[in-house]
Amino acid sequence: MSIGALTHPPSSRRFLLIAHSALLIALVLGMEQLAPMFRALFPDQDPAMYQRESFLNLTLAHLALVLLSSLISVSVGVAAGLFVTRPAGREFEPLVSTLAAIGQTFPPAAVLAIVVPIAGFGFVPTLVALVLYGLLPVVQNTVAGLGTVPSQTLEAARGNGMSTWQILWHIELPLAMRVIIAGVRVSVIINIGTATIGSTVGATTLGTPIIAGLVGNNLPYVIQGAILVGLLAIVTDLAFERLERRFSFGEEGNAA
Amino acid sequence: MPVSAFRLPTSSTSDARLIANRVLITLLCAGWLSAWLLSFATLSPNRLAAGQAVMLRDAASEWQFAVMLVLTGLLTVAAFKRPLPRALAHAVVLLASLGLLLVTLYSLGDYAQRALADTSSAARISQGAAFWVIVFCCALAAIDTFQRTASGWLLRLGYMLIAGGSVAMLFASGHFHDLSIMREYANIRDDFADQLITHLVLVGAALGPALLIGIPLGLLAHRHMRLRGALFSVLNFFQTIPSIALFALLIAPLSALGNAFPLLGEWGIKGIGAAPAIIALVMYALLPVVRNTYAGLKGVPPATVEAARGMGMTARQVLWRVEIPLALPVMLSGLRIVTVQAIGLTVVAALIGAGGLGAFIFQGLGQYAIDLVLLGAIPTIVLAVIADFTLQMLVVLSKPAGTRR
Repeated sequence: MSIGALTHPPSSRRFLLIAHSALLIALVLGMEQLAPMFRALFPDQDPAMYQRESFLNLTLAHLALVLLSSLISVSVGVAAGLFVTRPAGREFEPLVSTLAAIGQTFPPAAVLAIVVPIAGFGFVPTLVALVLYGLLPVVQNTVAGLGTVPSQTLEAARGNGMSTWQILWHIELPLAMRVIIAGVRVSVIINIGTATIGSTVGATTLGTPIIAGLVGNNLPYVIQGAILVGLLAIVTDLAFERLERRFSFGEEGNAA
Repeated sequence: MPVSAFRLPTSSTSDARLIANRVLITLLCAGWLSAWLLSFATLSPNRLAAGQAVMLRDAASEWQFAVMLVLTGLLTVAAFKRPLPRALAHAVVLLASLGLLLVTLYSLGDYAQRALADTSSAARISQGAAFWVIVFCCALAAIDTFQRTASGWLLRLGYMLIAGGSVAMLFASGHFHDLSIMREYANIRDDFADQLITHLVLVGAALGPALLIGIPLGLLAHRHMRLRGALFSVLNFFQTIPSIALFALLIAPLSALGNAFPLLGEWGIKGIGAAPAIIALVMYALLPVVRNTYAGLKGVPPATVEAARGMGMTARQVLWRVEIPLALPVMLSGLRIVTVQAIGLTVVAALIGAGGLGAFIFQGLGQYAIDLVLLGAIPTIVLAVIADFTLQMLVVLSKPAGTRR
C-alpha cells in the first residue's frame, strides 16, 4: 500500500517522524504560549485560546479512547481472522470477509450516530463505535495476511514435524504480520478521526475545542484543536509506517 | 486489498457431517435468541419519553407469526444435508430469507397501525433491537448463499433489485406511516429532499474535480518515476488528517480569501459552507484516484503496449485504445472507493454548515431526537451501500468479456 515509501530513504522518513513528534509535543504542552499570536491574528475573538480544559488533558483523553478501542478491536479482530482461517471456522470465512468489506462502506460518523440510541451519550458510545469500526480492517487484513503465506511453506513446516500451534506462532503469524499491522494502521487512523467526531456525542477528545469553536463561531478554538489532531494522526501514521517496514521480509519495503 | 484470493476446499470434510451450512444455523440461532430476549418494538407515550419494550410474539399477529415460523422452519431444513439437495437448499435460503425480511418489515408496520388505533395519537412506536437483528440475519443469510454458490453478477443484481424493489414498495404504500421514524420523516419531508440533494451535489461536485485532477496525475506518476514518491507522500498526508480537522483548517484561509475579495465571497467562497467541504473532499479523493490510475496503468502488460506500438499506433492511440481500456477496471475500483468515502465524509461536512444528510444527524444528537439521527444515518448508509454495489457492477462490466465473474 505505501507506495510513497518506495522512493524515500528511511532516514528522511525517520526525520519526518521525529520532527512531527517534536512539534506535536511542543504544541500540546505549549499551546498557551501562542496566545499572543492568536490574539494578533484574530483581534475580534475575545478568548483567543481554548481554556476550558488543558490541551494535555484533551490529548490524553483522545489517546486513551483510541488506545482502548484499538486494543479491543485488534484482539477481537485478529482472533476472528484466525478463527475463520482454521479448518473449524473456514466455512465462515466468505461471510466474515464480505461483512468486513460491506461494513467499511458504512460512514464512521453514521456508525457513531447509530450507536447513540443503544449506548447513550459520552465515552461509552464513542468507544463502542470505534471498536466496531476498527474491527473491520483488522479482520480483513488478518485474513488476507494469513492467505499470503505460501502453501509450500506450510507444507515444509508440517514436514519438519511442527505442531499446528508452532506453525501458527513461528510461521503464519510472523509472515502475515506486515499485512496485519497495515490493517491495524488503517483502523487506528480512522479511529483517531472518528474519536474527534465523538465529541459531538459528548466524549472529551481533541474534537471538543473544534466543535466548541464551530458552534460558538470561534475560529482560534477550531484551529487549535484541528492542528493537534491532524499532527497526532500524522505522527501515528509515520510510526506505523516504520513498524510495518520492520516486519517486512525481503519485500519492497525493506529494500527502500 | 485482495481477500478473495484465498479459498480452500471445504467439501472434503463435510461429507461426514449432518449439518451442511453452519453459518445458516448460527444466523438462525442469533435471530431466535434476539426474538425471545430483545424487544421487537418500543411503545412510548410521546416523542421524547422512554418507551416500553414489546416482544415479537406480542407484536406480530397470528398469521404473521405463523408465516415466520414456517419460513424459519424451511431455513432450518435447508441448513441440513438431507433431505434437500444442495442447489435446492440454496434456492430455498434465498427465497425464505427474503420472505422473512418482508414479513418482519410488514409486521412492524402492521403492529404500529394496530397499536396506534388503541392509544393516543401522540404515542410513538419505534423499531427495537430484535427487529434489527432479524433484518440483519436475513441479509447475511442471502449474502452467504451468494458466496457459496459463487453465483454470477446477473443473479445478484436481479436479487438485489427484487429485494430493494419490494422494500421500496412497502415504504411507498404508506404501510410504515405510523412508525415513529416515518412520522419524524413526515415532519421534515421537504427539508429531507433538499438535504439529500445537497448531499449528492456535494459528492458530485467533489468527484468531478478529483477525477479531472487525479487521472492526469496518475498518468504522470506512471510516466515519471521521480515524481511518484513525492506525489504519493503528499496525497497520503491529506488522507491521514482526520476529516473534521481538514474541514476546519480550510475555514480560516477561505474566510480570509472571501474577506479580501468580496467578489469571491459572493460566489460562495467563504469560510463555512460548501466551499471548504468540496475542497476537503477533493483532497481526500485524490489519493485513491491517483493510486488506482497508476496501478491500473502499471498492470497493463508491457508486451501488449509493445505490440500496439509495433502495429504502428501513435502514443495517443496506445493510451486511449490500449492502456486506458485495460486499466479501466482498476481505475473504476478507485472511483468506487472514492465515491463511498465521499458519501461518508459529507456527513461530517454538515458540521461546517455545508448541509447534507449529516445535518439531521447532528441536529438530532443536539435535541436527543433519535429518530432524526436515524433519518440522517440510515439513508447515508443506504446511499453508500448502493454506490458501492453499483460501482462494483461497473467494475465487473468494464473487464474484458470472458474474465468477468
